[in-house]
Amino acid sequence: MSTTASDLPLQHTPGHIKHDGHNLTGFVIFLCSESIIFLAFFAGFILLKLTAPEWLPKGVEGLETRMPLINTIVLVSSSFVAYFAERKLHQGNLWGFRLLWMLTMAMGCYFVYGQYVEWSELAFSLNSGVFGGTFYLLTGFHGLHVITGILLMALMLGRSFRPNNYAKGDMGVTSVSLFWHFVDVIWIILYVLIYVWQRSS
Amino acid sequence: MTINYDPRVLKAPHPVPGAPDNWKRFFSFNTDAKVIGIQYIGLSLFFLLVGGLLAMVMRGELITPASDLVDPTVYNGLYTMHGTVMLFLFLFPVLNGFNNLLIPTMIGAPDMAFPKLNAAAFWLVPVFAIVLMGSFFVPGGPASAGWWSYPPVSIQNPLGHFINGQFLWILAVALSGVSSIMGAINFVTTILRMRAPGMTLFRMPVFIWTAWAAQTLQLIGLPALTGGAIMLLFDLSFGTSFFQPEGGGDPVLYQHFFWFYSHPAVYVMVLPVFGIFSELITVYSRKPLFGYRFVALASFVITFLGLIVWVHHMFYSGTPQWMRNLFMVTTMLIAVPTGVKVFAWLGTLWGGKIRLTTPMLFVLGGLVNFIFGGITGVMLGTAPIDIHVGNTYFVVAHFHYIIFNTIGFGIFAGIYHWFPKFTGRMFYEGLGKVHFALTFIGATLNWLPLHWAGLMGMPRRVASYDPEFALWNVIASIGAFMLGVASIPFILNMVSSWARGAKAPPNPWRAIGLEWLLPSPPPAENFEDDIPTVISEPYGYGLGRPLVEDEDYYVRRAQEA
Repeated sequence: MSTTASDLPLQHTPGHIKHDGHNLTGFVIFLCSESIIFLAFFAGFILLKLTAPEWLPKGVEGLETRMPLINTIVLVSSSFVAYFAERKLHQGNLWGFRLLWMLTMAMGCYFVYGQYVEWSELAFSLNSGVFGGTFYLLTGFHGLHVITGILLMALMLGRSFRPNNYAKGDMGVTSVSLFWHFVDVIWIILYVLIYVWQRSS
Repeated sequence: MTINYDPRVLKAPHPVPGAPDNWKRFFSFNTDAKVIGIQYIGLSLFFLLVGGLLAMVMRGELITPASDLVDPTVYNGLYTMHGTVMLFLFLFPVLNGFNNLLIPTMIGAPDMAFPKLNAAAFWLVPVFAIVLMGSFFVPGGPASAGWWSYPPVSIQNPLGHFINGQFLWILAVALSGVSSIMGAINFVTTILRMRAPGMTLFRMPVFIWTAWAAQTLQLIGLPALTGGAIMLLFDLSFGTSFFQPEGGGDPVLYQHFFWFYSHPAVYVMVLPVFGIFSELITVYSRKPLFGYRFVALASFVITFLGLIVWVHHMFYSGTPQWMRNLFMVTTMLIAVPTGVKVFAWLGTLWGGKIRLTTPMLFVLGGLVNFIFGGITGVMLGTAPIDIHVGNTYFVVAHFHYIIFNTIGFGIFAGIYHWFPKFTGRMFYEGLGKVHFALTFIGATLNWLPLHWAGLMGMPRRVASYDPEFALWNVIASIGAFMLGVASIPFILNMVSSWARGAKAPPNPWRAIGLEWLLPSPPPAENFEDDIPTVISEPYGYGLGRPLVEDEDYYVRRAQEA
């Protein structure tokens, strides 16, 4: 029996060749883990709200829901725009991708602006009992994720101008768009918990 | 049989860890998992000494009933920092060191999936180490609310400084969490995507199974602690009232966040040690692992059950009775998968050709201690007993039997077992046995008597105590100082054998596993392009079947490198 190293199977050499697939796997694992922080905050919010003797601080009637609803609609639609941007990229329509991608970013920026306007008009602060604390903690932590998402999208937009950027696939765009959907889903839960479920038991 | 070598085999060897000219790599931002592994283990062993020193000051204080060696306030800081240092700067980093050394070599991958992330995760450790150690020098001293930092004690800031011991503690724990998550993403991705051809899930060594299960727990549990820590930080520094009843908050909520992670954290630490036990017991009794598949799967059963037992730490926190009953049952259930493992190891040892080398002694010592600590664990999981002995030295004795006498022993066993592989040098067996004897006797003297003290009602976390507990405490302190002495033969052994020990062959223990098919120490990219194809289950001791295709080729290749 004669053996040479070249007879050995070489088709599977994981890791040696840069697999973009690893990045997506790693990113999905990260998102699963990140969702637990939000779950922890949501669980804490529900527990505190159900057990607090007085939920609303003095002089606060509740939260205004119209402006946040517009914000919600914008953010949720931006997820669809991001999806169509990704599709354009798969079709090879680079400018179509860039335009829709920038539209997603603009909608994200509008959401952050809306949050800013809402925050600046509120009659309570971070220190107004658990009501104020949980409100600013949840919306602030989510807002940080939105800003991160916009920055990541800007990075992907910049990279799309590099020649041969998509030679090794478009896992970066897939990951960022996944992140955007994640931020979106978190907001829907947050909106239901904070704005829809206003009456304390 | 003729073997035609590929010319690549004969090329100049890579610079190896341990060669005198490149020791600097251990102090640089290096992306090689094997360098990072040794960085983790070296740094964490330094902090084992720091944490041990803090413990010995405490045992010095407790050798007499009166509070005479240190001020009671200082004592509060000592046990808080002792626990924090041992967990976040010794145990997690040392096990990540094992993950770095063993995961790529055991599954035949050239490196981790994300080498730069890996190096960044390591370098966060010295950063938060400095933050944590720095808290000794801020006004008011280090955090002193115990390692669990329960509010309302932990959100007091009597001196009013923004940067205080508790603030730095939270910062350090949060950074440690970031580092651990970065590590966990890397380890899980590597295990999922970079295994050698032919290495199906049920051909993975048990260490890989346990590392995977443990890192999954990190990914699920740590974010909850991070969430709790963020809220604690806001309460402490920004005047919120999440955990302050005055503002409608709930201090018990923090306990839920804390234990939702910190109970599974015990499994994060003990699971890899179960892996080390499984690897070593098979090698040193020359038998296949009894019930390999069950041992492997039991790791994930422990992961699942470990996530639904946390309230057993809160039986006396005003927990309603139905919750106590529920969590008592889930806690008891954990004994099932753990028992599967213990009996599998006993079944492997039974009738085996046992070699009592230093690593095997540590495994057997650790196994005996684990069974003991497991039984006191079942006792503590019983709500009526827990309410009686909760917050006494019985709890302290129990968890030290797990965390040092089992996990610590497993770590020493692993360090000795894989020392020749990753340094390329043999250690001195005699010094190793002295280390084991001192450690085993010291650990037993230290923690066995504290069970009695605890059952008699001696509370933990106090600098002075009733003189009726004096005898147990004197014995415990002698044991603790003996453990301090035990570090001398260990350090001597590690340093002198790495510097001047005999050159290690690729497979000194005649072990079966991909890492033993590599030269000692392995080259930078492990198997590089020449990754073997796995054709059988691990631990085929005495079965005469090869682990990989063309095994002779890889054995020769390792010997001639």
